[in-house]
Amino acid sequence: MFQIEFDSPSDRVVGIDLGTTNSLIAWMNLGRPEVIEGEDGEKIVPSVVSLLPGGEAIAGNAARAALIDYPDRSIYSVKRLMGRGVGDVQDELKLFPFRIAEGSEQVIRVALGDRTFTPPEISALILRQLRKNAEIALGGPVTKAVITVPAYFNDAQRQATRDAGRIAGLEVLRLVNEPTAAALAYGLDKRKEGIVAVYDLGGGTFDISILKLHDGIFEVLATNGDTHLGGDDIDNRLIRIALEDIQSEWGEDISHSGEAVQTLRQDVIRAKEALSFAPSARIEFAWRGKKYLREISREVFEGLIRDIVDRTLGPCRDCMKDAGVEPEQIDEVVLVGGSTRIPMVRSAVEVLFRARPHTELNPDEVVALGAAVQAGILAGTVENQLLLDVTPLSLGIEMYGGLVSKIIHRNSTIPASAGETFTTGVDGQTNVLIHVVQGERELAKDCRSLARFDLKGIEPMSAGFARIEVRFLIDANGILNVTARDARTGKEQSVDVKPSYGLTDEQVEAMIEASIDNAEADFKAAQVAGARVEADTILGATDKAKRDQAWMTLTKDEQAAVDNAVRELQAVYHQDDHEAMRARIDALNDATHKLAENMMNTAVSSALKGTKV
Amino acid sequence: MKDLKADYFEFLETPRSLALDPRDLEKRFYALSRQLHPDLYARKSFEEQHYAEEASALLNDAYRTLKEPIARAMYLLKLEGFDIGEQGTKDVPPELLEEIFELNMALEEGEAEGARERFLEMRGAVDAELQEKYAAWDAGQSRDTLNEVRGLLNRRKYITNLIDKTNVPDRV
Repeated sequence: MFQIEFDSPSDRVVGIDLGTTNSLIAWMNLGRPEVIEGEDGEKIVPSVVSLLPGGEAIAGNAARAALIDYPDRSIYSVKRLMGRGVGDVQDELKLFPFRIAEGSEQVIRVALGDRTFTPPEISALILRQLRKNAEIALGGPVTKAVITVPAYFNDAQRQATRDAGRIAGLEVLRLVNEPTAAALAYGLDKRKEGIVAVYDLGGGTFDISILKLHDGIFEVLATNGDTHLGGDDIDNRLIRIALEDIQSEWGEDISHSGEAVQTLRQDVIRAKEALSFAPSARIEFAWRGKKYLREISREVFEGLIRDIVDRTLGPCRDCMKDAGVEPEQIDEVVLVGGSTRIPMVRSAVEVLFRARPHTELNPDEVVALGAAVQAGILAGTVENQLLLDVTPLSLGIEMYGGLVSKIIHRNSTIPASAGETFTTGVDGQTNVLIHVVQGERELAKDCRSLARFDLKGIEPMSAGFARIEVRFLIDANGILNVTARDARTGKEQSVDVKPSYGLTDEQVEAMIEASIDNAEADFKAAQVAGARVEADTILGATDKAKRDQAWMTLTKDEQAAVDNAVRELQAVYHQDDHEAMRARIDALNDATHKLAENMMNTAVSSALKGTKV
Repeated sequence: MKDLKADYFEFLETPRSLALDPRDLEKRFYALSRQLHPDLYARKSFEEQHYAEEASALLNDAYRTLKEPIARAMYLLKLEGFDIGEQGTKDVPPELLEEIFELNMALEEGEAEGARERFLEMRGAVDAELQEKYAAWDAGQSRDTLNEVRGLLNRRKYITNLIDKTNVPDRV
């Protein structure tokens, strides 16, 4: 009675920004996107995971606190490892305290204490924390989500993100590109027609997307970026300078102490953030009774980071070229990501695009808000808005001699498809191996290896006679799907996919299996918390109603029934039995039915009286 | 339900013509996107989701091909049974051989810029001629016109290769 159900929980879809530094979860609350707070009242969940000595894995603010106490049991910026091979991350390993474990050939394994985790499993722990926050706040299960990814993420990085969602018990309805999500959040569709550039410089990744708006349709014309460029790089530069200073001042190299570097990292981040608002800031660092202090002016800071900022401009120019637009044609520029708070970044963007950028929305929240809008589109609650996104990288097949034949070009609207016919090169050959790569370079070895597909069970015949038609389809998530059939018989051909980097389906299934126990515990906790939120609401409302004049319109028996139902509910309030709690909430609801009606009537009649006076 | 075996022109519900109005094509693309995009099928059955994915892939492939005049002409030639294999050098007009010779000379003398200008001009002339042929095909649908279009496309491809060559010194 006191509550109205606006959405049915089974249709509820949340939007998640799974960021390098921070993650957020949002939903559509009565038609408006809204970020959901955790129990600690914080909207931001740091993308940090820690394995406590007792064996419990924690994520978010608690894990960030643990980062200093247990540096070798904690991990941050894991997004940098998603969908990558050990060979790809050698540079990162110099700058980030990732401890890569044995057996990391196909998928990286990171050691936390005495256990190892794959990047999708670590991301799943962050997602699980977000999911729990949402379940508690919304008072019900959350099983469907839209998760954002950098627009420039390749196939393997997207797959890894989707795997993380599955391991966290979420049905990932869509992966949405972060800059596109931001455009949705800004509701720029109010502008009927126009060209918009979204500049997204986050903790670890940089994206630029150029969109064309048309009556609620957001058509991405081109996208570009760098999946290893962001605020982390600025932090690392400041840390390096501080470490050098400390070495010369103290005569001590502290760069091998994880604890020291973690503390220093938080200190330089504080100084970096202050420099966005003040002309100078101090890096203050204390370690084992010694103190390091350095005043840094904005001018010096800008000199230090100029090349990092400049590295974003090349992709911006390439993107404009691919989109076929000149700077003058860009009507609006949107800034996304915490690093766009830096004044130097803002002015560089303004100079390049010759337009003053939008900064009305919090750059930390805008992607999550947009993900919620996309969730609303998929759930059918947001109408007339449609995102037409593109694939960021060309898809190609390795030909004889190691050359790449491009079959789907970058910036093609997705879903996109291409067909190729393959044949055998030797008499009696029964299988054909296809190597699929992603990238713009001409040689396969310079592109990103996506997967090898083995077309098996080809009927033995003379060389060149077999005709196997292979269809490549990049779906709306930007993920490749491959099907094959024998052109002569029309029979579906089996395609055995070996991803070059990442988890196989079987591995993901096993991880889902292993996490179900945790999920049940989490789910139950969320159910209890959700029921408690409802109990609070109805108990509060009943208490208030009892002070209303309508209370006196009830018979003694009716009043006793209400009081009894209140006591019954209070009796189970602190137990962890959400079913009992729900049953008694319903009972109290029934008992207060007449009271609610009478209150309405009194309210209406007093309102009517009011108009007469 | 749209026919997933339709050709690109049929799918976009536009006649098999070469001089398509890009604004009209875009309008059709947006309208069909609003019907077929997978986002609109998220709550439907697996079969319907699969249909939406295939149909919108076809729509996007069709729009991407037809909005580019050259890709559109190549596609139409293929539909009309013309062989447009990789060997674009077959029908190279003899006067281009002269040009290649001149280009090599120019490149050796460090005058790539001048050669580039000339080739851009030549390509512009081919494009103008193509426009005329497109209109002629749309009016009469004669195979002779398509034959001429094919010749011009080969020539254009050849010139574009030459233009790319003049770019090489810039890139190094």
